[in-house]
Amino acid sequence: MIAIIDYGAGNIFSVKNALDYLGLESRLTADPADLETADGLILPGVGAFPWAVKKLNESGLVDTIKAQAKVKPFMGICLGMQLLFDKSFEFEECEGLGLVRGYVDKIPDAGLVIPHMGWNKLEYVNDCPLFEGLGEEEYVYFVHSYKAFCENSELCAYVEYGGKVPAVVSDGKYVFGCQFHPEKSGKTGLKILENFAAMIKRDRV
Amino acid sequence: MLAKRIIPCLDVRDGKVVKGVNFEGIKEVGDPVECAYEYNLQGADEIVFYDITASHEGRGVILDVVRETAKKVFVPLTVGGGIKTVDDIRNTLRAGADKVSVNSQAVQNPQLIKDGADVFGSQCICVGVDAKAISPNKWTVYINGGRIDMGIDLIDWVKKCEQLGAGEICLNSIDTDGVRGGFDLPMLKAVVDAVKIPVIASGGAGKIGDFAEAFLETDCSAALAASLFHFRELTVGQVKEDCRSKGIIVR
Repeated sequence: MIAIIDYGAGNIFSVKNALDYLGLESRLTADPADLETADGLILPGVGAFPWAVKKLNESGLVDTIKAQAKVKPFMGICLGMQLLFDKSFEFEECEGLGLVRGYVDKIPDAGLVIPHMGWNKLEYVNDCPLFEGLGEEEYVYFVHSYKAFCENSELCAYVEYGGKVPAVVSDGKYVFGCQFHPEKSGKTGLKILENFAAMIKRDRV
Repeated sequence: MLAKRIIPCLDVRDGKVVKGVNFEGIKEVGDPVECAYEYNLQGADEIVFYDITASHEGRGVILDVVRETAKKVFVPLTVGGGIKTVDDIRNTLRAGADKVSVNSQAVQNPQLIKDGADVFGSQCICVGVDAKAISPNKWTVYINGGRIDMGIDLIDWVKKCEQLGAGEICLNSIDTDGVRGGFDLPMLKAVVDAVKIPVIASGGAGKIGDFAEAFLETDCSAALAASLFHFRELTVGQVKEDCRSKGIIVR
């Protein structure tokens, strides 16, 4: 079972819809016991960083999330990806989960439209189990105004938008983050979610 | 860089896809959930449901359509038509839409754009604009499906929409809508030049090359069509292939 962490931040049903469509068992939950028994975790999120951190703290799930992310596949999506980092500067300096090294700040103004919204092409940097079966020309769907700043060691793929925008990040072990919405990225996004599920199965064996 | 988007639009009345010509002579052409799924398979970058249900009681039906579509179509969904309040926006997003498109209601109550953007973010708020030329390079804004001329200058209006927090403009030319002679390039160019937010070209696509023409002649971000795709004259895939062959970046 994949636990979709429901801490009150946004569009969780579309993630659930996508997993249902793929025939993958999942549960929307804010119960620490579910996070402990789940085979993998997804942290969604839409909105502002400080607000989401507040919601996470109120949910009382932070310690459980940090502990479980060390022992089973864990995926942050969009704001959920940004929350994985050490800290963010959205509105104010604010501490994140510290699961992936780096920070989050505004997309630099290069005369481009912010938010970065639409379909952009993945440029691969490091091997990542989420990319299994993907081709060279894969577009995924983004909606965000802030981006991650991290070292290449944490970066699996980026897209070009007035510079490199980290698209997939990882701690090299169990933790993965997607800045885009795999649940809104057509066939490519569904394949990435399937790959995440396949990782869980491998992990279980 | 971002890919140019091709967006099929489904005009929905009482839960059925319909299509009219120049906003009149409406006929039914199918089930919206099935149509959306078909477009998804063809490679649509986004799907727009435009609800033209007249009665208030019919309003719940479009939310069911969105809910069902969101279970099998995994690209962004936009819903327009009849959205009057922040609560309407909330209910539409909760049903599974990623964006709403506000049109007549925004002209009559511009605060709706600001309130919606403040609560849900600019990326959720697309402003649909119907406009018609009054002289070369001058257009006015219409409401109620192109029936009422509000006498508002198009360029002033789109700038105001942007200031209020609109995330996108969907620009429909009444002059070219249903005529199938291509998008209204002068109008499109004027609007793209006036705002920084993405502009979707709408109204007038009649043949495969019309889409690439809009992308090559203007900096619009997306192009939308309804009847062309409904009547299976063209698939989204064919349109993208044509764009790609002309050097336009598409997914």
